[in-house]
Amino acid sequence: MTLMTKLLGAAAGLALSAGAALAEPALIFDLGGKFDKSFNEAAHNGAQRWADETGGTYREIELQSEAQREQALRRFAEAGANPVITMGFAMADPLSAVAPDYPDTKFVAIDVTWLDAPNIRQIGFAEHEGSYLVGMMAAMASESDTVGFIGGMDIPLIRHFGCGYAQGVKAVNPDATIVANMTGTTPSAWNDPVKGSELTKSQISQGADVIYAAAGGTGVGVLQTAADEGILSIGVDSNQNHLHPGKVLTSMLKRVDVAVYDAMKAGEAVETGVFVLGLAEEGVGYALDENNASLVSAEMQAMVDEARAKIISGELEVAAYYTNDSCPALDF
Amino acid sequence: MDFLTVIQVLDSTVRLATPLLLACLAGLFSERAGIFDIGLEGKMLAAAFFSAAVAAVSGSVWLGLLAGIAASMVLSGLHGLASITFRGNQLISGVAINFLAAGLTVLIAQDWFSQGGRTPSLMGGARFAPITLPFADAVAKVPVIGPIYSELLSGHSVLVYIAFLAVPATWWILFRTRFGLRLRAVGENPAAVDTAGVSVVGLRFAAVAICGVLCGIAGAYLATALQAGFVKDMTAGRGFIALAALIFAKWRPWHALYACLLFGFLQAIALRYQNIDLGGIVIPVQAMDALPYILTVVILAGFVGKAIPPRAGGEPYVKER
Repeated sequence: MTLMTKLLGAAAGLALSAGAALAEPALIFDLGGKFDKSFNEAAHNGAQRWADETGGTYREIELQSEAQREQALRRFAEAGANPVITMGFAMADPLSAVAPDYPDTKFVAIDVTWLDAPNIRQIGFAEHEGSYLVGMMAAMASESDTVGFIGGMDIPLIRHFGCGYAQGVKAVNPDATIVANMTGTTPSAWNDPVKGSELTKSQISQGADVIYAAAGGTGVGVLQTAADEGILSIGVDSNQNHLHPGKVLTSMLKRVDVAVYDAMKAGEAVETGVFVLGLAEEGVGYALDENNASLVSAEMQAMVDEARAKIISGELEVAAYYTNDSCPALDF
Repeated sequence: MDFLTVIQVLDSTVRLATPLLLACLAGLFSERAGIFDIGLEGKMLAAAFFSAAVAAVSGSVWLGLLAGIAASMVLSGLHGLASITFRGNQLISGVAINFLAAGLTVLIAQDWFSQGGRTPSLMGGARFAPITLPFADAVAKVPVIGPIYSELLSGHSVLVYIAFLAVPATWWILFRTRFGLRLRAVGENPAAVDTAGVSVVGLRFAAVAICGVLCGIAGAYLATALQAGFVKDMTAGRGFIALAALIFAKWRPWHALYACLLFGFLQAIALRYQNIDLGGIVIPVQAMDALPYILTVVILAGFVGKAIPPRAGGEPYVKER
């Protein structure tokens, strides 16, 4: 409520002073919140980097409910923000409704690649490729030949993560068992660490000793429980290795920060169209730093880097869940 | 399903049922005294935050627990003030508490810790460690009884045992003490209690305070025993499931235990098995998640006995002049 008041106030204030001022970029965070240590936080980091480097300012809002999506978009567009950057697949419908009304405003949609509008820069990530690499690492690090996957909300995107992961696991060890769970089917599944913990315990009791969490804030509970119980976990989106040094095998990086930074840097001149950032563009990858150096052996790294090179060259193709809404390596 | 899996699912049931049980008993005290409380969720959330925050700063989980209880009691006091002293609408006051807690926790967390509305991860003494019951390791090898004792009964945090002990304690207080008799009477017929020369307001405030204590323990359990820190909205609707359990249990302590265990069990099953295959019919996980609510609606609709709330519930007491 207070947020709305503030926003209304800000919009009114800007309406008065609009015109002469140089357009500021705007960033709309998804329901997980700006500091989810994951997807949205990556965007925040990218925006912050831009602000620090250029001394520029940007507007932002953390969505609190589904109903605010279109409202926030319109407010920013009305206020003259340009470009307006949105986070998450759920912004697709509001975007397709709002974008045509503001042909002079550029929109940047992260995780949306299927809209047909001339003023939207749509950025997708080849999550399955990055997940494939961490899946390989999980299979190599596992001693029980059972690995786990915990997704957030059960949506095609998260299945896409799980599918790439499962293919990577099977590539290293065809006999490995993959235990996959989704936290829920509503947006609250992004913010339920308690349920994440229980799922982790449940997967551990089913033999899993490496668990990949692609679940936003719920993943915090997964990583915590995995560290408590002495097994390895894999973070997602941002580099989460530092959360539990020596207990997080690696993190599947999705360089949302780079995408946001680039868009802000380009400003109003940002190029529109559909862009998919994969391994080749360094849009996805795996994290290696001092926190997990002891966990990743040279052999492991060599195999993963080899697979990475093969995926980039096209020699190895990781099947995408989207292609026919099913996964060759995993049943959901 | 082998025996060990059953034990693991039941173990998970105990963990998931504990916050529900504490919140459910909290609601039971309040509603038995005629104060409806849909602010259980908000009180748990506030308690979760303050217990984690104080535990993180002081390094002592017990101080955290006290802080959580205190925060929850402050909100309880607010609810009491609005609905007992000023005779406001109890439902509206409860909703307000939920909103207040949801917003305030994140705001204060951001101000104190600047970690985006969460507390730092708790380490060592700032968390409730699992308690190993005596001889748990020794009897672990004994078939059947061994795993039940060492896996299922042992190895929970102290708050779990407190929650389960709170059930007989609640029953005893409500049905075997003078205070309990008066508390129940004040929820059924406050005028009679007033005529007998007992303070209705005092009794209702006492009930609301007990509700605050129990919600405080429930919140502290979430943040400092199950998890290692507070995350925004971490109660994730457990306060409402506890309310459902309270109706399901028809406002009786032992039945509250069974209802919470049942709801916890349903959650544990849903977590363990994504889709359950029952002889060709696949039950999707969503159905399991929705079951507590469906069961409550069935009970409320009067299909399985009748759920009759305390008669004076929801009505502010106005002394005749």
